[in-house]
Amino acid sequence: MKRLGRQTWQFENRPRIIGRAAVVGPDEGKGPLSSDFDYIYDNLEIGEKTWEKAERKLLEQASQLALINANITKEELHFFVGGDLMNQIISSSFSARKLGVPYLGVFGACSTSMETLALASMIVDSGAGDYVLAGTVSHNCTVEKQFRYPTEYGSQKPPYAQYTVTGSGCSVVSRTGDGPVVTKATIGRIMDLGIKDPFNMGSAMAPAAADTLISHFRDTGLEPGYYDLIVTGDLASVGLPITKELLQKEGLPMEQTVFNDCGLMIYDREKQPYVVAGGSGCGCSATVTYGHILNRMQKGELKRVLVVATGALLSPLSYQQGETIPCIAHAVAIEKEG
Amino acid sequence: MPAQSASGSEKKSSSLSMDEKEYKKVAKKHEPPRPILKNCLKAFLVGGTVCLIGQAIQEAFMAGFDMTSKEASNPTVAVLILISVILTCLGVYDKMAQWAGAGTAVPVTGFANSMCSAALEHRAEGLVLGVGANMFKLAGSVIVFGVVAAFIVGIVYAFLGFGGGHL
Repeated sequence: MKRLGRQTWQFENRPRIIGRAAVVGPDEGKGPLSSDFDYIYDNLEIGEKTWEKAERKLLEQASQLALINANITKEELHFFVGGDLMNQIISSSFSARKLGVPYLGVFGACSTSMETLALASMIVDSGAGDYVLAGTVSHNCTVEKQFRYPTEYGSQKPPYAQYTVTGSGCSVVSRTGDGPVVTKATIGRIMDLGIKDPFNMGSAMAPAAADTLISHFRDTGLEPGYYDLIVTGDLASVGLPITKELLQKEGLPMEQTVFNDCGLMIYDREKQPYVVAGGSGCGCSATVTYGHILNRMQKGELKRVLVVATGALLSPLSYQQGETIPCIAHAVAIEKEG
Repeated sequence: MPAQSASGSEKKSSSLSMDEKEYKKVAKKHEPPRPILKNCLKAFLVGGTVCLIGQAIQEAFMAGFDMTSKEASNPTVAVLILISVILTCLGVYDKMAQWAGAGTAVPVTGFANSMCSAALEHRAEGLVLGVGANMFKLAGSVIVFGVVAAFIVGIVYAFLGFGGGHL
């Protein structure tokens, strides 16, 4: 592996995603990408007594399906890199307890999806592990409960609020086998331009996405047109136009490619008005990437994709104490071989 | 390390060149405004309807049980709270509230919803540490500031000596 510029890793041993899975809840199942998911639950309880257990079950199931799709057993798995939005990342750690493989827990809020994939690829590329599982999960109700209000509380959401995705995405990275290759990863730095409103995630995270994209193209010397598709994690209808404007001001020619956002892709905002500005959460970019985008790549519709997962690193305490929201974005480039 | 850089960006050492003040302007421009007038109208209509239903219940108690309007007010509030709790448990109240805003939050039904939703949400943590400790999580501040406001008004009455005769 070598480093390009200041913050981009180039994986030279071609770590690839040999198995992946996306498991989602009912609202994502009603969205336009429903045919891309491995499993869709028709209820939010997912057969469990608590929201937290339901979230954990999503991750356990997605990891099992990813292993099956990669055609390996969990005994062959060397490491699991996981994270989620819960306090002390309980969903990932408790899933790792069941999985029983050496585990690294990470927290990058909604950017965890690409943070775990970047780290898993680095482990595989360096030769420190042959098969590494990367995965993350979010659940609408656990997030509402922890970060906002009780799920049944009647508060009116502002028109820029987002809807946390109930879903989990997992991938198995290996040096051998078939699958799309993880070629580069740009690790983001914290951007905080003074947004305080925890409902206004899109505005808070937009500068982080722009910063990581600028850094990626500066470090690699590539132009946006190199990729067939560039997606951000969960900027939704407010954040994506802001990022576009910021990039335009910096002179990055994003019009060379298709530039979209997973939070806008996962729901149909006209038919599902309760999602307001669009999707958010770790599960958003994870399920869209491991479900929809890699399916399109497999079909040959896409050759090179850059996924820029965005995360708002706030806690309920920090915003109640009036702090601004620090945000981060990690970009991972995935390319089809040949 | 290869010295590569995107076209035209050699000069820049930092990546995104924008300060907080400038960014807030950009962010504000893209932020969809809250439809305040529409929200006020909806809140007026829904809040008014809740009150109308309350009045109808009160009239029913007065007619059916031969109560005075004062006697009927307590059972009326109880019925409204019961309806609100049932709607909360059925998962309907929060959906109504997204449309109605303050219309469902301000009447006594909103108070009942805040307690019931917190109790439901934290049932998983047990009766004492979950339901008991969290039930007033949202409603608690209403009670605290209600009592503080009543105290201040009480002091004013006591010193100015009017309006307090019936207390």
